[in-house]
Amino acid sequence: MGLRVDALSCARGGRLVLRDIGFAVPDGEVAILRGPNGAGKSTLLRALAGLAPHSGRVEIDGRVPDRDARSELMAYAGHLDAVKPQLTVAENLQFWADVLGGTPGQALATFGLERIADRPAHLLSAGQRRRLGLSRLLLAPRRIWLLDEPTVALDSDALLALLGAVREHAAAGGVIVVATHGPIGVPADVRVELSAEAAHAAEVSSDPFLAGAWT
Amino acid sequence: MSAARAVLARELALALRSGGGAGLGLAFFLTAVLLVPFGSGPEPERLATVAVGTLWVAALLASLLSLDRLFQADAEDGTLDQLALAPLPLEALVALKATGHWLTTGLPLVIAAPILGVTLSLAPASMPWLVASLALGTPALSFLGAVGAAITVGVRRGGLLLSILVLPLYVPTLIFGARAATAASTGADPLPALVLTGGLTLFVLAGAPFAAAAALRVNLR
Repeated sequence: MGLRVDALSCARGGRLVLRDIGFAVPDGEVAILRGPNGAGKSTLLRALAGLAPHSGRVEIDGRVPDRDARSELMAYAGHLDAVKPQLTVAENLQFWADVLGGTPGQALATFGLERIADRPAHLLSAGQRRRLGLSRLLLAPRRIWLLDEPTVALDSDALLALLGAVREHAAAGGVIVVATHGPIGVPADVRVELSAEAAHAAEVSSDPFLAGAWT
Repeated sequence: MSAARAVLARELALALRSGGGAGLGLAFFLTAVLLVPFGSGPEPERLATVAVGTLWVAALLASLLSLDRLFQADAEDGTLDQLALAPLPLEALVALKATGHWLTTGLPLVIAAPILGVTLSLAPASMPWLVASLALGTPALSFLGAVGAAITVGVRRGGLLLSILVLPLYVPTLIFGARAATAASTGADPLPALVLTGGLTLFVLAGAPFAAAAALRVNLR
């Protein structure tokens, strides 16, 4: 049981970024995606979340989830933090709590955002904004966490908070897929190595218009 | 608070705070309409003949003005990705955002129109019909605009493409909406044109969320 990826391929702008990726992450385990810049780590996470068109199978507990099931099971933290600069920290988090179904109290406390809860988000530092983005993971229970470079801009306290949250989630039977360059302090149960060359050997379409490269 | 109410409340809060688009459409509407007498001459009879057309065209362009940021702002800061993964259907998201756009752009125009109508010596008989046709027609402008905004969400400086896509679709609403108000001043029956304006809006309200949601899905990558 858990997350299983089979023969996943994904193209961006007419180029195959991922080709025939396959791995499985059982419940309660952490998978770490590694690879040089441009190897397709972010694309793989977006494909898993259903945010990028792809071929192949992404199964959860042996079934391919539809959109509703995905939104119940998955939480995605990309490198954009989805923070509105005009709203305060608390308002930002309350909005996502309402949308995802949860309460912001614990999320605020875990990532040390209580002191800056009333601050407009445009005054936040990069690290504070990242903490606000990550705190969304704790708002509503989602079994599968997809984290894209979650440690960028975090200080040591926030890093510890993230580690604690990841460990706790894994202990509770959650699945975590992390794309990262540096060490994040949790042992990788599953390692997925992506290389920049493997996929780029094949061109999907030489016509950039058909391939969508024009946007 | 439910997800739908949260999205609508946030749309209104963002539009009304600094950097939001709420004042933009209204300010453009006021300026455009108030400049017309300088261009066409201040004679009341001449102004009266162009009043309805001016008000409708200005309203149409004003509602177009803030549309290009409707989904683009959310796409740029990652909010759209998160909302695409949220339990709220994309169709509902589109409908809520278009409703928010109408409440902050279309509705102020409807309220300001009678005052500007007076400055353009609009025939008193036309006034209620102008307000009614704007009230019935402007929601279609926001919802059609949402389709265009969803199609151009990935295009930088997509405002030009958006206007080219959306303006032709605005034409039926403009024709029937303006027709209802002019018919009242010439003694013709304004009701058929008004009913057609409302019918067009209902059609757009029903179809646009699905079209825009499909376009957003294509643009997620």
